[in-house]
Amino acid sequence: QRLAPLQPSAFSTDEARTDVGHATTYNNFYEFGTGKDDPLRNAHRMQVRPWTVRVEGLVNKPRSFDLDELLRLAPLEERIYRLRCVEGWSMVIPWAGFPLAALLKAVEPQGSAKYVQFVTHYDAEIMTRRPVLIWPYTEGLRLDEALHQMTLLTFGMYGEVLPHQNGAPVRVVVPWKYGFKSAKSIVAIRLVEEEPITAWNRYAPQEYGFYSNVNPEVSHPRWSQATERRIGELRRRPTLMFNGYAEQVAQLYQGMDLKKYY
Amino acid sequence: MNLHAPTPFQLAALKVLVLALCLVPAALLAHGWFAGTLGANPIETLQRGTGEWTLNMLLVTLAVTPLRRLTGLHWLQRLRRMLGLVAFAWACAHLANWAWLDLWFDWGAIAADILKRPYVTVGFAAFVLLLPLAATSNAFAIRRLGGRRWQALHRSVYAIAILGVVHYWWLVKADVLKPLIYALVLAALLGVRAWWRELERRRQIAAGAPQFKGKVIRILR
Repeated sequence: QRLAPLQPSAFSTDEARTDVGHATTYNNFYEFGTGKDDPLRNAHRMQVRPWTVRVEGLVNKPRSFDLDELLRLAPLEERIYRLRCVEGWSMVIPWAGFPLAALLKAVEPQGSAKYVQFVTHYDAEIMTRRPVLIWPYTEGLRLDEALHQMTLLTFGMYGEVLPHQNGAPVRVVVPWKYGFKSAKSIVAIRLVEEEPITAWNRYAPQEYGFYSNVNPEVSHPRWSQATERRIGELRRRPTLMFNGYAEQVAQLYQGMDLKKYY
Repeated sequence: MNLHAPTPFQLAALKVLVLALCLVPAALLAHGWFAGTLGANPIETLQRGTGEWTLNMLLVTLAVTPLRRLTGLHWLQRLRRMLGLVAFAWACAHLANWAWLDLWFDWGAIAADILKRPYVTVGFAAFVLLLPLAATSNAFAIRRLGGRRWQALHRSVYAIAILGVVHYWWLVKADVLKPLIYALVLAALLGVRAWWRELERRRQIAAGAPQFKGKVIRILR
């Protein structure tokens, strides 16, 4: 199902796009299994219509949006972003969506709101019951990160609606952070005062920090993050600070020790 | 064919058959590589495949002795060296894939991984420990070392298998189901040996001191 019209974006990279076949068959979506091809085989069971997203917490106008209401909030753009997985591989994906800021502004965050938590869909009937991580999967951003123009509320990729295994029907994409920060199949967005619990941070806090900005100089405790394999390429390439988006996002972290706030 | 006493020809044929079976997964991976059917990240697929087959073959090798005792098929012992060498070949492929295809002989990165990443350290240690076993997997080496010293050396395969499972366990991100299965199978294979050894110790105590002088191999401590 095609998404149109899509406006071009100045944030798009002109690097070669990853083959759509690879981007939709090699996925991490642990609710559907931990193998890379498990999401493709299992995620089709997920019902993505109707779908509502609750936006709640420290906002003046908490409310639920159904998918069509969300899509009417702002014009859809195509954003071709690099995606860097914490496991050491990367892709270049043309997403379709609009800045998450458009949704957040619609609900009017209160002054006390400092963070945004994303809660994702969990249905034990169709997803794994093994507690690999604590379900439902949660992620989070600082409010200024969530309001950054590059943080994309995403409905599609490669010009079409999101395939189930890529986080249908609505997800976020935060291109300067490791991929797991970009929560899939979101059902609730909460504005909160304290740093929210996130799934990977709770599972292994010494390995997955709240920030998880792409950083070639801060190793994962068990493997180096200095290089990555771009899917479709043979040789590794160097990983770039903030996944190559330092110019756009570095000011968010001015004065912070990125080894401590990894 | 008499299952308990195959003729030399039948045994040779069995060896060829088993070796051919062992080569099937290698052929499938090689075909997948050249046909481009190993998925989006074929180097990772090879790394996983060669690693899992190293562990598979180590466990198969360690299963020979218990199987022989349980079934009475003593010729199984004659396949053990070949199975162990197949495990070693998989380990070589695993190491080569990592150093060549994955890291493209970036010696700095290779050395840093071995020294700084515990899962690589134990995996590499397991490989290094396999080298003397592979080098002495021939009749000449057994004669040269003497049976008991050779056997003592080759008992290090127990430690190697443990290191191999630890290597797998430490590299997974969250889901340890597969390494857990390997750990349980390995625990069973090592546990049955410990149990039999204990039974033998008790039998020797019950039998009392040997009634004759001469060489008796005892495992009494």
